[in-house]
Amino acid sequence: MLNQYETVFIATPVLSDTQMKEAVKKFKKIITDNTGEIVHEENWGLRKLAYPIQKKSTGFYYLIEFKAEGSLINKLETEYRRDERIIRFLTFKMDKYAIEYSERKRKKEQNQKTVEE
Amino acid sequence: MAQNESEIRYLTPVSVEVKKKKYCRFKKNRIKYIDYKDPEFLKKFLNEQGKILPRRITGTSLKYQRKVAQAIKRARHIALLPYVTDMLK
Repeated sequence: MLNQYETVFIATPVLSDTQMKEAVKKFKKIITDNTGEIVHEENWGLRKLAYPIQKKSTGFYYLIEFKAEGSLINKLETEYRRDERIIRFLTFKMDKYAIEYSERKRKKEQNQKTVEE
Repeated sequence: MAQNESEIRYLTPVSVEVKKKKYCRFKKNRIKYIDYKDPEFLKKFLNEQGKILPRRITGTSLKYQRKVAQAIKRARHIALLPYVTDMLK
């Protein structure tokens, strides 16, 4: 049974753009290698943190939405913990309302984009 | 009639409190999911110190108060909202 999850992680601000992309690629690979399926991803870029984490006041945010089996989460989270570049992460199992909400949000964004174009 | 009314006099004008009925905004607007990634919305449920406001002030129903609390805690974890602060608003 596949569940839909959403994971947000914060990477250290000392990374360069290419290093950040590498980190993102690594975690996406972990998901896809373990029979996960990426539904959506979002790069929030460099954001100010509400409170300092590891003496850093900013961080790169990245969000991935994916479908996977529950056993993947453990693997993903151990990888997060091992990786020094990740200063904070959150994985969240979406219920049907959350899925509906994110789908509607995505559609809205798409509509806005087409209007702008 | 007019005389009767003038007999009663108050030193201070009586304030007639019209109690506005509180309502649960989630039930009213049929919001089923509270997004933890939207700190601006969640700030409506916090006081200046960043504490979660009680139900008796916001009027949220118990079911959604639990969800609000959970969303706020998630937002705090990923540093979208502070755990403790002053002058949030």
